[in-house]
Amino acid sequence: MLMGPQVLIEVRLPNCSQADIRQRGRMLVTIAHATMSDNPVQAGRKKKLRVVSKRRRRVENALIAYSFIAPNFLGFAVFTLGPILFAFALAFMHWDGSNPITFAGLDNFWRLFEDKAFIDALWNTIVFTVVSVPATLACALGLAILLNQKIFGRDFFRTAMFFPYVASLVAVAVVWNMIFNPEMGPVNMILYTLGIAPENLPGWAADRHWAMVTVILFGIWKSMGYYMVIYLAGLQGINSELYEAAGLDGANAWQKFRHVTLPQLAPTTFFVTVMLTIQSFKVFDQVYMITQGGPGTSTLVLVYHIYNEAFISWDLGYSSMISLVLFFLVLAVTVIQFRRQKED
Amino acid sequence: MASISLKKLNKTFGALTVVHDIDLEIADKEFIILVGPSGCGKSTTLRMIAGLEEISGGELLIGTDLMNDVPSKDRDIAMVFQNYALYPHMTVYKNMAFGLELRRAPRDIIDAKVQEAAKILDITHLLNRKPKALSGGQRQRVALGRAMVRNPEVFLLDEPLSNLDAKLRGTMRAEITKLHKRLDATFIYVTHDQVEAMTMADRIVVMKDGHIQQVDTPQNLYDRPVNMFVAGFIGAPQMNLLPATIRRSGHGFTAQFDGRVLPLPHTFDVARIAPYDGREVMLGIRPENFHELAPGDIDPQNTAPFAAVVELAEPMGSEIHLNLLAGGRQMVARVSPRFKSKIGDAVTLTADMTNAQLFDPETERSILY
Repeated sequence: MLMGPQVLIEVRLPNCSQADIRQRGRMLVTIAHATMSDNPVQAGRKKKLRVVSKRRRRVENALIAYSFIAPNFLGFAVFTLGPILFAFALAFMHWDGSNPITFAGLDNFWRLFEDKAFIDALWNTIVFTVVSVPATLACALGLAILLNQKIFGRDFFRTAMFFPYVASLVAVAVVWNMIFNPEMGPVNMILYTLGIAPENLPGWAADRHWAMVTVILFGIWKSMGYYMVIYLAGLQGINSELYEAAGLDGANAWQKFRHVTLPQLAPTTFFVTVMLTIQSFKVFDQVYMITQGGPGTSTLVLVYHIYNEAFISWDLGYSSMISLVLFFLVLAVTVIQFRRQKED
Repeated sequence: MASISLKKLNKTFGALTVVHDIDLEIADKEFIILVGPSGCGKSTTLRMIAGLEEISGGELLIGTDLMNDVPSKDRDIAMVFQNYALYPHMTVYKNMAFGLELRRAPRDIIDAKVQEAAKILDITHLLNRKPKALSGGQRQRVALGRAMVRNPEVFLLDEPLSNLDAKLRGTMRAEITKLHKRLDATFIYVTHDQVEAMTMADRIVVMKDGHIQQVDTPQNLYDRPVNMFVAGFIGAPQMNLLPATIRRSGHGFTAQFDGRVLPLPHTFDVARIAPYDGREVMLGIRPENFHELAPGDIDPQNTAPFAAVVELAEPMGSEIHLNLLAGGRQMVARVSPRFKSKIGDAVTLTADMTNAQLFDPETERSILY
């Protein structure tokens, strides 16, 4: 039999004096590496059997897992992934929806830079996002904090605030248009009684300077209830002992908010910001219901422009190219947000 | 001066009263421990002192100042929470400095105080970590440190060791006791663990159902419990409580339990026992007052043989806890590890009656004290 390598180890006993050690002599420990098995062939075969069964188990597990994923994935592939890939391809084609598709190369891409409406839509989308994301977030958080207190009628107000989110957009938009009607809407009536001259009253959706404001206000009002609910969940997850500790540390209400609530809500705020940003870049329905992109191009947003190009002008290739721009815009912003979240 | 007075302190939640008219005087620099089973009102009492619960009735004085409506931050107190309540997004340093920063202390003073507390608690190397990167014991130290940096007159500690493992709890017990000596402040400490209460407190407040049962030094609580609850709560294993009949015998009295005649020492107050002559009382004997042989230093007049059947022997290493059955009653005796017995063995131990207790079975109050 083969001897393994020999290792000499000197062991010092920490509590022994030098004399002690000398007296006992050095302890030499020899460790002999024995070979793993006397019969390597047999050992190898045993090992191989186990490997096969392990692999089979892995395959079985994978099959079971995929069988659960499959129904969902099939739906995703047919209704989402397929159209997306088709749209990507279409961005480099000419197609009016009925005549044969022809290859366009980068025609659609270059057209973007000459399309005044596209530039306006891109700008309007960015303005809409930059204003409405922080505004909705602040409103949602403010409401959540208010409605997290033990106040009378709390459940009623929570429901009332959530209601716009679930209500039919069409009905809500009709009401909104009435409220903000420049001639006889209650908003302008109130402003008038507050002393604003009739010629200075905002024209809201009919005024190119106020149309975007109207759309943004509508968007905030419609979606803040939903994010309020998310913030409420976040608030209720905060350990109340932290507030007690902060109180004993001498924090006032603002300092508690600043040093306990906000940091504790950071993950919620991140989620809300990402969702709001994506939602804002994709804004369409409220523009459609309130201003139809007008007056002029003052509220024309990217998705509205995509809709116009696709289903009014029937230029599906160009409209796909704009979609592609929107896709990369959303992707870029989301990636940046995730990066920043990770850095924190 | 940070003496604390609770005068007829009450806490009610709607129709439910959780703390009933508590009167308690806590001396300056005293280490006082509120102990009792869960729901006894000890934490609520502490939180009233902290200002985290509104006081429903009565008065709370710190020094000579009425504190009922003074906000927490102005009471010159610091609190250590059961779950530590460290700010998760702040480093250890920031956690400890936060209170001082809010009070606008100068930066160099904050730094000096944080460094000093960290040194005392041996957490200097952790100052840049966040709480989630700490172990339970380290978090506990940070929570203590956060309380220390403000030099409060009063420390409130709410079950601070209950989330630690048994070994660490032992170490931290000793450290908190040392800290109390060093900080020279009043400590009010809440726990359900009678071992913590016995080992750390100057005085213990035993509570049950929102009422104070007894306030005394640990040894007095152990030796002279005023009622059956305190007798059972303090000491582990629990005091054995046996129904026994009082009989006059010569100049003194005996307690008779299931045929066993147990002499009551002459040191007991005869005048208090006499009214119970011929009546049944609850006799309390602690597990360590049973011996396999009577030790030489006990007056033999105060001992009696005590026969029982072994139900279970639990070796603890340094001693054995014998679970016994006598007269249909289960009881525990602590005997030396040399004592050999098997389940079902009939054994005769010596009962030392010197520290026996007598309770009125109806009022559950002590007859002796």
